[in-house]
Amino acid sequence: MMETGHAIREAVAAKRRSAEAVTRSALEAIERMEPSLKAYITLLPERALAKAREIDARIARGDRVGSLAGIPTAVKDIFCLEGELTTCGSKLLANFKPPFSSTVVQRLEAADAVIVGKTNMDEFAMGSSCENSAFFPTHNPWDLEGVPGGSSGGSASTVGSRAVPIGVGTDTGGSIREPASFCNIVGVKPTYGRVSRYGMIAFASSLDQAGPMTADVRDAADVLEAIAGFDPMDSTSVDVPVPHYADQLRDDLSGVRIGLVREFEESIATDPAMARLYKEAYADLAALGATIVDVSLPHAKYGLATYYLIAPAECSSNLARYDGTRYGVRLDGGGDVYSMFDKTRAAGFGPEVKRRIILGTYALCSGYYDAYYVRAQKVRTLMKQDFDQAFAACDVIACPAVSCPPFELGAKSQDPVAMYLMDYFTIPMSLAGLPALSVPAGYVDDLPVGLQICAPAFEEGRMLGVAHAYERRTQHAAKREPVVS
Amino acid sequence: MADVAIDIAYIAKLARLPLTDEESARFSAQFGRLFDFIRELQALDVESVHATAQVIPLSNVMRDDEIKPCLTQEQALANAPDREGPYFKAPRILE
Repeated sequence: MMETGHAIREAVAAKRRSAEAVTRSALEAIERMEPSLKAYITLLPERALAKAREIDARIARGDRVGSLAGIPTAVKDIFCLEGELTTCGSKLLANFKPPFSSTVVQRLEAADAVIVGKTNMDEFAMGSSCENSAFFPTHNPWDLEGVPGGSSGGSASTVGSRAVPIGVGTDTGGSIREPASFCNIVGVKPTYGRVSRYGMIAFASSLDQAGPMTADVRDAADVLEAIAGFDPMDSTSVDVPVPHYADQLRDDLSGVRIGLVREFEESIATDPAMARLYKEAYADLAALGATIVDVSLPHAKYGLATYYLIAPAECSSNLARYDGTRYGVRLDGGGDVYSMFDKTRAAGFGPEVKRRIILGTYALCSGYYDAYYVRAQKVRTLMKQDFDQAFAACDVIACPAVSCPPFELGAKSQDPVAMYLMDYFTIPMSLAGLPALSVPAGYVDDLPVGLQICAPAFEEGRMLGVAHAYERRTQHAAKREPVVS
Repeated sequence: MADVAIDIAYIAKLARLPLTDEESARFSAQFGRLFDFIRELQALDVESVHATAQVIPLSNVMRDDEIKPCLTQEQALANAPDREGPYFKAPRILE
């Protein structure tokens, strides 16, 4: 049965359940499912139980507890957690224990979330299936032969399996929204700058953003409120007040104008089953009182090309730091420093990471810089302008989160372009820095599919409000049970 | 936009990422397909468009130059693959 984080928090705060009992039951569920899901790189049972007991002691004393008190929480292994293994899915960081915690982790712990483990991911967050983890692939709790999506596949899988109600992931081109769609959960990519990136291992710094991956929309609102906000440790975090998002959750959509993107609808129409599902989702939005309007994102079709220049360029620069000198794994270069760099990097990075470093280095190198990188940045401007125009006519955009339900393990792993195309519907929002989420929208071939909702910058509350009304009406995820339990 | 004949050996050297012959051949073929998409950008007139490096309305974020608590030397060195006293140790760089 689906149990939400907010229900747990309420029961724990009211002393109907102890945080320790909740944590034990989550740890047991994880242990039971882990052989089939492999969602975690590191489990932290002692740390979780110690935190839970501390929360119980504070509740017993009558002290205040945080907004996520006692909720078992899964953290993508990209977030530094002081003293605990943080690998980012890479062999190169297989021994890395950060001396500090990321702001996201600090804020989760300050809100009294109980962190149960670090979840599997595509290496350095590069991938759409979790198959690029250097350690092992993760499986989808709704189809054990299927991928959980990526790169935040471990968090999606464990939340989708209902072992824990909340998790966090990161999204650069779709890495929260696509796995959320595949695992039948809610996944939110906030506005760029909304959540601090401090201590979150960098992939593409102008795009990376952390966000909630949760059982329902209310949980996403609570987690986002806990982790969002200005952080002096991240100069790209924006000093805009964080609202109490739970107040913005709606039950109907009267007065809301929802834009359907002409170009996206033409694209999804090529798959009748997917098109039918989304048509039904839009009808539900209209039945809730929303006005449906037609909008256009004429440059959306250039998203893939733009993204696969900008993101690899930034990745090639960010990953230059992994040279075996200061942390991570070092391979001996026989006394020669350059040979040490070369051997460390050649052995430490997996194929997808190497592919993107080479592509990005090429896009940035002298002679090609203007033709590729600068041109891509200009197209990025055009895409941002497309959204500005669209939002003059609507309050939020509704569109597909993905082009298909979860695919089978191995189906696309030898074809990087097919894998890159998985992000077709999510990349434009990333390039424009806009908030977008995926909320369960039903099933195609009995496999989950998510609806994407996107809002103007810093309007996460509006987006969550629409998703909440839709979720309340449809209850797609709550209606069925995953195959693993 | 330039034609795509990526000199992978040269790029790999710039990236300090030596590739096997097999990796170079595979990446070349895969980049060919990706550049079919990337070439589409050539069709756009972006002459008068400014480049977006990042999307948020911030520039030159400043703060006071104050000493604040930070990692200790031991913490900073805790993950060093090799160290000597208070230093990271690496192979000799200058002869």
